[in-house]
Amino acid sequence: MTKKLGLIVNPFAGMGGRVGLKGSDGADTLQKALALGARPEAPRRAVEALSMLQDLKGALEIVAYPHEMGEDEARQAGFEPTVVGSIDRGHTMPEDTVRAAQDLMRLGVDLLLFVGGDGTARNVHDAVGDRVPALGVPAGVKIHSAVYATTPRAAGDLAKMVMEERVGAFHDAEVMDIDEDAFREGRVSSRLYGYLRVPADTGHVQNMKSGRAAGDEAALAAIAEHVIEAMEAHPDDLFIVGPGTTTRAIMDRLGLQGTLLGVDLVEGLRLVGSDVGERDLLERSQGRRSHVVVTVIGGQGYIFGRGNQQISPRVLAQVGLQSLMVVATRQKIASLRGGPLLVDTGDAEMDRRLSGYARVITGFHDEIVYRVEA
Amino acid sequence: MTARVRKDYQQARWNEPVIYELSLPGARGVLVPMPDGEVQAKAGDVLGRLPKGMRRAELPNLPELSQKHVLSHYLHLSQETLGSNITNDISEGTCTMKYNPRINEVLVGDPRFAELHPDQDEDTVQGILEIYHRFSQIIKEISGMDEVTFQPGGGNHAVYTAASVVRAYWAARGQLEQRNEIITTIFSHPCDAAAPATAGFKVITLYPDKQGIPDIEALKAAVSEHTAAIFMTNPEDIGIFNPRVDDFVRIVHEAGGLCFYDQANANAFLGVARAREAGFDMCHFNVHKTFGTPHGGEGPANGAFCCANELAPFLPVPRVVYDGKKYHLDYDKPQSIGKVRDFMGTAGVILKAYAWTMMMGAEGLRETADVSVINNNYMLAKMEGIRGLDYAFRGNGIRRQEQVRYTWEPLKNDTGVGTDDVNNRIADYGIEHYWTSHHPWVIPEPMTLEPCETYSIDDLDEYVEVIRTISEEAYADPAFVKAAPHRAASHRRNDDASLDDPAKWAVTWRAHVKKTRK
Amino acid sequence: MGEIVFPYIANSVPSVKKRMMDEIGIKSADDIFAEIPEHLRYKGTLNLPKPLLSEYEMRRHVEGLLAKNSSCEDHLSFLGGGTWQHYVPAVVDTIIERDEFLTAYVGDAYADHGKFQAMFEMASMVGELVDMDVVNTPTYDWANAIAIAVRMAARMNGRKEILVDASMSPKRLAVVKNYCLPDITVKLLDFDRVQGGMNLEDLKAKISSATSAVYFENPSYLGFIEGHGEEIARITHAVGAELIVGVDPSSLGVLTPPAQYGADIVCGELQPLGIHMQWGGGLSGFIATRDEPKYVAEYPSLLFGLTTTTQEGEHGFGQVYYERTSYASRERGKDFIGTTTALYGIAAAVYLALMGPQGMRDLGLGIMQRAAFAADLLGALPGVKAPYIAAPGFKEFVVNFDGTGKTVAEINQALLQQGIFGGKDLSGEFPELGQSALYAFTEVHTKDDIRRLALALDEALAAFPQVKA
Repeated sequence: MTKKLGLIVNPFAGMGGRVGLKGSDGADTLQKALALGARPEAPRRAVEALSMLQDLKGALEIVAYPHEMGEDEARQAGFEPTVVGSIDRGHTMPEDTVRAAQDLMRLGVDLLLFVGGDGTARNVHDAVGDRVPALGVPAGVKIHSAVYATTPRAAGDLAKMVMEERVGAFHDAEVMDIDEDAFREGRVSSRLYGYLRVPADTGHVQNMKSGRAAGDEAALAAIAEHVIEAMEAHPDDLFIVGPGTTTRAIMDRLGLQGTLLGVDLVEGLRLVGSDVGERDLLERSQGRRSHVVVTVIGGQGYIFGRGNQQISPRVLAQVGLQSLMVVATRQKIASLRGGPLLVDTGDAEMDRRLSGYARVITGFHDEIVYRVEA
Repeated sequence: MTARVRKDYQQARWNEPVIYELSLPGARGVLVPMPDGEVQAKAGDVLGRLPKGMRRAELPNLPELSQKHVLSHYLHLSQETLGSNITNDISEGTCTMKYNPRINEVLVGDPRFAELHPDQDEDTVQGILEIYHRFSQIIKEISGMDEVTFQPGGGNHAVYTAASVVRAYWAARGQLEQRNEIITTIFSHPCDAAAPATAGFKVITLYPDKQGIPDIEALKAAVSEHTAAIFMTNPEDIGIFNPRVDDFVRIVHEAGGLCFYDQANANAFLGVARAREAGFDMCHFNVHKTFGTPHGGEGPANGAFCCANELAPFLPVPRVVYDGKKYHLDYDKPQSIGKVRDFMGTAGVILKAYAWTMMMGAEGLRETADVSVINNNYMLAKMEGIRGLDYAFRGNGIRRQEQVRYTWEPLKNDTGVGTDDVNNRIADYGIEHYWTSHHPWVIPEPMTLEPCETYSIDDLDEYVEVIRTISEEAYADPAFVKAAPHRAASHRRNDDASLDDPAKWAVTWRAHVKKTRK
Repeated sequence: MGEIVFPYIANSVPSVKKRMMDEIGIKSADDIFAEIPEHLRYKGTLNLPKPLLSEYEMRRHVEGLLAKNSSCEDHLSFLGGGTWQHYVPAVVDTIIERDEFLTAYVGDAYADHGKFQAMFEMASMVGELVDMDVVNTPTYDWANAIAIAVRMAARMNGRKEILVDASMSPKRLAVVKNYCLPDITVKLLDFDRVQGGMNLEDLKAKISSATSAVYFENPSYLGFIEGHGEEIARITHAVGAELIVGVDPSSLGVLTPPAQYGADIVCGELQPLGIHMQWGGGLSGFIATRDEPKYVAEYPSLLFGLTTTTQEGEHGFGQVYYERTSYASRERGKDFIGTTTALYGIAAAVYLALMGPQGMRDLGLGIMQRAAFAADLLGALPGVKAPYIAAPGFKEFVVNFDGTGKTVAEINQALLQQGIFGGKDLSGEFPELGQSALYAFTEVHTKDDIRRLALALDEALAAFPQVKA
């Protein structure tokens, strides 16, 4: 059966980067970038990614929005795309990305390949959530979302494997919401926006010497077992569980309805608070033994200050750092490529205290000691 | 002179049916010696006397072939396999695929070894006991340790034995509940984590510093009153010798823990550096890789576990002892961990390893070490300039020892051809699939090569040329490389999903028949 | 003395070594070893025996040592108990001595296609013997297979206690106990020392909803056949536990495979299937289960599966369920894998292909006939009880010498003088059986061999004063 690849190009993504602007969200910035002589990066990267799918020609249907939103790039790469929808040429907006993603999903594509940056990922997320597998081709400047492959060719290669049904697993990867105005002013203000279902870039080749591998799902379950054992051992303690899919695995295993993007409270294996804010955390943890469970959020290794700001320096100071449980899969740690875990709580003294080496729970009774920097 | 590349290589491809498809009902491969008529008569209806329900109703559904057809079938399958003795097997980094001398197969085939029963009277097995004892002395000298056991069935099993000894040591001191953590490093072999976990320990793993050496500051942060031991390799699987290994040992000792040295990578350090001088309490050797015995496609193997006197009471039984006149098996070790394997382990591996070591002597072992590191550095130098290829922690100013973890990350970024693709292509040049690294890849797109002492300068040049050729192919026609292998014994699988689908997977022929029957 | 050129080290040719060092820009290997701090370097030359550089000298030396052994080929042996003397057809040795198989590594599916297929065929044929659809790659030995099977069961049902029949091999039990030590309790079940078989009352008394698995061996270590498999299975399954049965596969041409009386996991020893004894080094274990994801997910070792390739009609092989998903409490119980005994798995495959269904039946039947014949002869000797345990057996049975007033050690010494290895002395492992020995009979024994044993025993016992009334 012919496979369908949905293609979305955000033609203006990445334009700010080359001219020293950070990001290209907002019409003003875009005009500024164009005035500074920025040229679109995304189309070239889209073609580069598609070049990896060359030998599937004939066995693959590419579905795209018109002109620079995918059609042109597909043609340049030598494909005859099926074109749907309509756009205002030269003036595409984030709404076009949303609309395109919805249309392509409705047409039953096997994978949404989108070219852009953090903003594009958010638009795709708004449109499809986790209902269809998606994968980002990086075109933006410093990308915080973890839904992008490392390079356009790597993205194309992975997309090809999805088309050939050679990808064993999909996992949830973070879409980050970066306030680009603040970012341009040198501040990072971000939160966890949601998750897209992306193909896993590993495990597709059987590695005999390593024996049989435990998949991502098993890794998450093993981490959850470790934390649950601690919860069982301390039934009277409060467990403050931060956002993310790694921490959600704990709630799932306990059969609790946690919030994916918020902070939840567990006590005696029961859910005693959902999506709580800083004030609640301070009140509820006052004068009692509490544990903070957080995971790495985004592609850059933050454990504090990105998407879990509710667990503020004041909360950490009150709870005490000895009770901190950082959880992450080995795969996530490997994706940091040797870089440290990062903290950015907004309080320099707290960041200093968190820096150094942390134990990270990577499985049941399985921890690593890893560098943390502010 | 350009090194040879076997451009027109084609592996045997017999399209060999599964043996059941070759069955000729009624045919016999061997006949079984039946007892004399008198025996049969006196024995009577032995099957009729079986307890109810214990007489097999139907004969087992085994294939039926004449002897020639069994022989040719398995000869075909052997030809569709690459062993290190027939290929340029630099590929298996960390595995030391060296030449396995034929003479040693002659020796283990000698009935005075092959037909020994393990429960024979000690007087009748003095020869093999003496070989065990002599090889013990050799291993003790090479490691500097006080005692050794050859009971473990392989390297990982020896590491498991180490974890069992650590457990027994702390249990004997009444501190097992407290001392429940074993520390290891990410580039140590994964069994240094998995075996202690099997033995019930929590495992703490250290990551490398920027030079690729285990982070000593992380170790300081990791040790505590819970530390039972550290299990570490050196050099690790990336070929960098940890110059502060004795500091690691000291830090763990100061925290009260024991220190185990995984010496799977010992080949290049025979007579150069020993566990003893670095202060370790325990170590092990993969006898089947370092001492010239074949891997057998994944065993039989042997792991020699060595330890200091303080830990000797915990070693598995029996122990081979010598009273000055005769050799004995001593089971009387009340603190022993018991047994990790039935009888005395894979005796054939010990016999072969002893023979190999006796031909090499101290000078031969040192020559093994010298040539291994020279080979590796020569090959690394020759690899320079191959497009798309780099190696881990380049530029850290540290010479690699016996192996290198290369990375194809630049090639992957440039062409989409990654290490798994190159690995499939290398088979088209008559070279065995190489070792990447364990998952998840800490070094992206890895390739770990170990050109041990066996390989000639021409072998090294050939290997480098094959790598260069594949790089060029990847830049010119990535799709072709990604469709490899083209000249191996089998084509690519086209339905990996079936291997993960309970309705389709088939681990046996009968399962296959059931699941494909309409 | 000039520099030695070692036959196993190509580049030990001095000029070649020099050329390579020039290329790297070093003067000697020490320049590379300089990365190792001085105080960690070993100084001087290892104190090892003087090398025997030529193959001939080494061979003379090692054969000189082997000459100090007496083997089961030059003696008549009745030893069994975990390693057995069977005939190894020449084709088996030919195949496993092929350098392709002998010196292979783990391998990959394309360049080592043949090895993968051979392993798949081993699993297929062992699967037919045990009547199960899933068989793993070989383990270290039978003991290791039990240990893994027990841990698989514990992970599946989250329970932490196993009950094992006390008639199992004590050495295998020692291995299992070691593996279970962190979190699984091993409790022994009593067995009937007169009639043979598990004490079902003891099983009923000890089994509970805390029981993870029940294990027994059939035929037992002591040779007798357990006739109550179905009932044991019923009792075991009633509490939701797994039934694990250990088996000597050479019996399965004639004996009912455990799966047919309710076993959930079967394990055993491949050594009887074409592997030389090698002083106990010829062991290789297997595990088999039904083809259900809950079992398949728990195997720590590789499982070779049959699939297709891009070439129409070609068989391909790969790992089944390579990235296992998660079941129950497996995250809390782990296993390691490593190099085990794959080559012996290939030996077993070749052996079974040679034997075929009729060969395995002939083997089993002939063994039982020899054992029955031997039991009659030995049991007729004064003071000797054979078989000491009444239940029908396979290949082995207990011979009791209490009535002779002699110890097994004394008797075996006397037999040794006549070139015979008597049965394994059980007085250490099973003191409650008195002066008993475990005698094994296989297809290698002729009528005359068995007669010779009986005569030698008669002579040995007659040489001692009779005690029996």
